[in-house]
Amino acid sequence: MAVKKQINTAETEARIDTLDLPQDGWSAASRADALTRLRAMGMPGRRDEYWKFTRPDALVQVSAPVAEVFDNDDAPLMDGQPCLRAVFVDGVFDADASDDLALEGIEISRLADTSADIHWAQSLHGTLETAGQTPVARPLAALVTAFATDGLLIRVTGNPSKPVNVIYNRTSDDADVMLHHVVKLEQGASLTLLESGPAAARLGTVMEVDVADNAAFHHVRTQGRDHQRLAATHVFGRLGTESTFKSFTLTANGKLTRNECVLELTGDDAVAHVAGACVGDGDFHHDDTVFVTHDAVNCESRQVFKKVLRNGATGVFQGKILVKAGAQKTDGYQISQSLLLDGDSQFLAKPELEIYADDVACSHGSTSGAIDEEALFYLRSRGVPEEAATNLLTLAFLAEAVQEIENEDLRADIETRMSGWLERHRS
Amino acid sequence: MKKETYMLKINNLHVQLEEEDKQILKGVNLEVEPGKVHAIMGPNGSGKSTLSYVLAGRPGYEVTEGTAHLGDVDLLDIEPEERAAAGLFLAFQYPVEIPGVGNMTFLRTAVNAQRKARGEVEMSAAEFLKVIREKAKTLKIDADMLKRPVNVGFSGGEKKRNEILQMAMLEPKMCILDETDSGLDVDAMKLVSEGVNALRDEGRGFLVITHYQRLLDHIKPDVVHIMADGRIIKTGGPELALEVENNGYADILSEVV
Repeated sequence: MAVKKQINTAETEARIDTLDLPQDGWSAASRADALTRLRAMGMPGRRDEYWKFTRPDALVQVSAPVAEVFDNDDAPLMDGQPCLRAVFVDGVFDADASDDLALEGIEISRLADTSADIHWAQSLHGTLETAGQTPVARPLAALVTAFATDGLLIRVTGNPSKPVNVIYNRTSDDADVMLHHVVKLEQGASLTLLESGPAAARLGTVMEVDVADNAAFHHVRTQGRDHQRLAATHVFGRLGTESTFKSFTLTANGKLTRNECVLELTGDDAVAHVAGACVGDGDFHHDDTVFVTHDAVNCESRQVFKKVLRNGATGVFQGKILVKAGAQKTDGYQISQSLLLDGDSQFLAKPELEIYADDVACSHGSTSGAIDEEALFYLRSRGVPEEAATNLLTLAFLAEAVQEIENEDLRADIETRMSGWLERHRS
Repeated sequence: MKKETYMLKINNLHVQLEEEDKQILKGVNLEVEPGKVHAIMGPNGSGKSTLSYVLAGRPGYEVTEGTAHLGDVDLLDIEPEERAAAGLFLAFQYPVEIPGVGNMTFLRTAVNAQRKARGEVEMSAAEFLKVIREKAKTLKIDADMLKRPVNVGFSGGEKKRNEILQMAMLEPKMCILDETDSGLDVDAMKLVSEGVNALRDEGRGFLVITHYQRLLDHIKPDVVHIMADGRIIKTGGPELALEVENNGYADILSEVV
């Protein structure tokens, strides 16, 4: 039975009131549409089924709660290695701190640059986000499409020699930032996109990624250790025939993080992997919400999420595989696991499969467990002190998610970061 | 260094399970001198494995009376990792699988943790690699087994060989082998025994726990103890093991009662 959703009009209008809708440039029409969508959906509320495990209040309220600037001592991803660096400070692109954005096989512009006439972006901006609003509403994404002030527009026509490395810095305690990146990979093109650094006190992002036939998109990001921050991120991907989409996120700390990833496999033989590893301590709340739609033949999708939680931390996983009629030979896999280091922490999981084709292999699993006492004793009996042994087992638990990163250097970078974080936690 | 430095001395050891009020060891007395191989045999449920776990510091047991020392180190007073650093090693009857932790990483972490605890210089990656390759070769452990996660997907024989490799790398002063022969075929037993014999040394003591005489054909004990109902009820030379093999435990048990 369909229940008419009550729309939070007052909250929605209050938020909209404080924001300026850009009226000029190529994105104006798309932004106006997004605002219309947002008004029709209303901001998420506590009664929304999709927000059952995560309270949206702090993401919805008019102004961002103050989050002290964190003295970040984590280097950006792939620091010192060949990358095209694009730096944002408090949500504004910083050309001086960034590299020259020219690179063979790739065109990069700014969303904030309204003077340019960027046809390809105009036809993509807001499109995948709109598609991703069905069957589940994602109003915070529409909010970003309407009001984002900056972001990168990346068109990949070839195989650029190095990754695009987006680095977020923060100088203000109340930076309330909305960023919208639009990425289009043309046929046979490939791109590795990195994101790291503390972005804002409150961050809302949308990244739309259109992966054409035979193209490959690799995405690795870290969400830093600035604990007070709030983040609601959205990745929308559309995959063409024989294309690849792989995304990995490492999260440490953060009072509230909601990472949504919505993928649609529209071409045959496409491969989509989404993975996440997170380490949470105390008043930490981390939510991975993933929706993968198979709408083509012989595609593969994997969702691998691992969460280490302690001192009352909360982890959430809402993951869905939807296999449409006709999407035969689908190979879908989903696993979400938590390692609870104490009895105060909790993991809330809602794995879902919805299948309308009859020749598919889909599996899903979700587990919660503590450190394996037998393994712990075995390690200690060999002389490894309890803390080091616990760290070793924790890293081992996270390893399956990290293995999803294809590039070896990036994988090593993430592994080093994780062990560093764990050691610091304990010191 | 005096030989007695690493003598294992167990005195009147009483142990019960933490969770239930069940006494398992009821006054064990045992001394293993460096350079000697002592065997403990006994029927199922006599407390042999419990003795090895208690010495290694496995949680779940409560010592209600008695002492255990390795040299002048009071084993029962310190953590499992400290016991290891003090020179105690337990080869597990059921080696534990640890998915996600590479065998090599595990061993290097262990070797260096022990060295660090003893205030010794840690082994460099290159040095470690050289040593482990050499020792792995004699135990017929290939490079693949070193890379794989600890014991994951190992056969019974591979697991036991991996235990002996760890023992060889950690160079303990006192080695306890808990039913190392269980689950091994004749060839694997021979290989494992050769590994153990290669480590026999005048500064190193061994306590070999087994159900069967056959392991003791390969690892020749100096002293054999029979354990029953939580106590050592008889001690003798290698001939005692033969007696058990031929006549079972019944005769010895009835003798004592």
